[in-house]
Amino acid sequence: MTHNFSVSPDFNPSHISGWYIFNTWLQRTINEEIHLELYNDFESQRKAIADDQLDLIYANPYDAALLVRDKGFTPIARPNNKSDEAIIAVNKESSIINIEDLTDGTRISSTDDPDVRMMCMIMLEPAGLDKTNTTLSQRDAYVLVAKDLLKNEADVGFFLEETYNDLSEITLKQLRPLVQSQIHVIHHLLLAGPKLAVKRDEIQASLLSMPNNEKGQGVLKSLNFEGWSAVDQEETEFMIDLMDTLTE
Amino acid sequence: MKDMNPDDISGEYREHTLNYHDDAQRKVLTTEIETPLPDGRLIVSRTDLNGIITDVNQSFVEMSAYQKKELIGMPHYILRHPDMPAAAFQGLWETIQNREKWHGYVKNLRKDGGFYWVYATVIANVRNDEIVGFTSVRRKPSRTKVAEAEALYQTL
Repeated sequence: MTHNFSVSPDFNPSHISGWYIFNTWLQRTINEEIHLELYNDFESQRKAIADDQLDLIYANPYDAALLVRDKGFTPIARPNNKSDEAIIAVNKESSIINIEDLTDGTRISSTDDPDVRMMCMIMLEPAGLDKTNTTLSQRDAYVLVAKDLLKNEADVGFFLEETYNDLSEITLKQLRPLVQSQIHVIHHLLLAGPKLAVKRDEIQASLLSMPNNEKGQGVLKSLNFEGWSAVDQEETEFMIDLMDTLTE
Repeated sequence: MKDMNPDDISGEYREHTLNYHDDAQRKVLTTEIETPLPDGRLIVSRTDLNGIITDVNQSFVEMSAYQKKELIGMPHYILRHPDMPAAAFQGLWETIQNREKWHGYVKNLRKDGGFYWVYATVIANVRNDEIVGFTSVRRKPSRTKVAEAEALYQTL
């Protein structure tokens, strides 16, 4: 039986090949056929989740609630030292110095990444801003969000910290981070669906031992991960509770 | 819970006696010094069913000015500021017991007598269909909302 694996669509495009390498490594390690399906957007991936098409997922924390509480997924592991943090950036020449300088009518550029958008909207609250007094342009990629800032077609741009730091040097020189989240406890995680639950402990043990062997090290490098940390049910439930307090 | 210690207070202070819902009483000392929550931070804490703190994050520690070991095992009302009227928390307990979210603008008291304003959200932690504790997340509010809350609380 072939299992279906998917990765949160906010993955860094430069790591696409890394996820295929990871999938090949995983199939050999646990001796199961696994098909990697990468979706271009969160909507398509959520439809696949709703239709019970996925058995293994590297999920955005925003989707963890649905996966764990409604679809019976169990947490396996998360990458070491990689919490989801967000950055609100402006054009370097912008007159906006602090969040509280922003006013009604602020133009936002963002991708459809749900946890980044949520965190950034929360970081706008001290300026009295919310979805009722801002305008939001949704872009397909973070590089297009940066482009909106460079062309002054947006006042602020929402970024995943890791992706912001991966923008080209020329782009970064023309942007300025306005505020950066320091939440620490929100992170992506790998989850097993009910059909793969029996393999959950084996997958977890294999992931944790990756830094100890040459093949594992190579796979980690292709994903730009240092290693994996085990995640238990309660830690995941806590993250879901926390996300719940932040959503409307 | 011990009374606040004048040695911990920065600057001039006023003394108040607070009576809590569990009949406990505490002398608290307050100053006019505000410490705004830095942008991008969330204050997170968890309590048991009786409102006793079981975990706090680093932002909680920094903003409260207590050490983590001083907070664990204490009632969450260790942060209660005398300017917060009981009516402002009305409905909190019923709301979270009903597994719904409670929101409110809250002025919190620091160990050094100063204060900080937050927008707080509290939810029940439900496991196997039972409430096992509560999570509270606090974030930075706008000054407009703080001014509105201050004006309202003075009338309660």
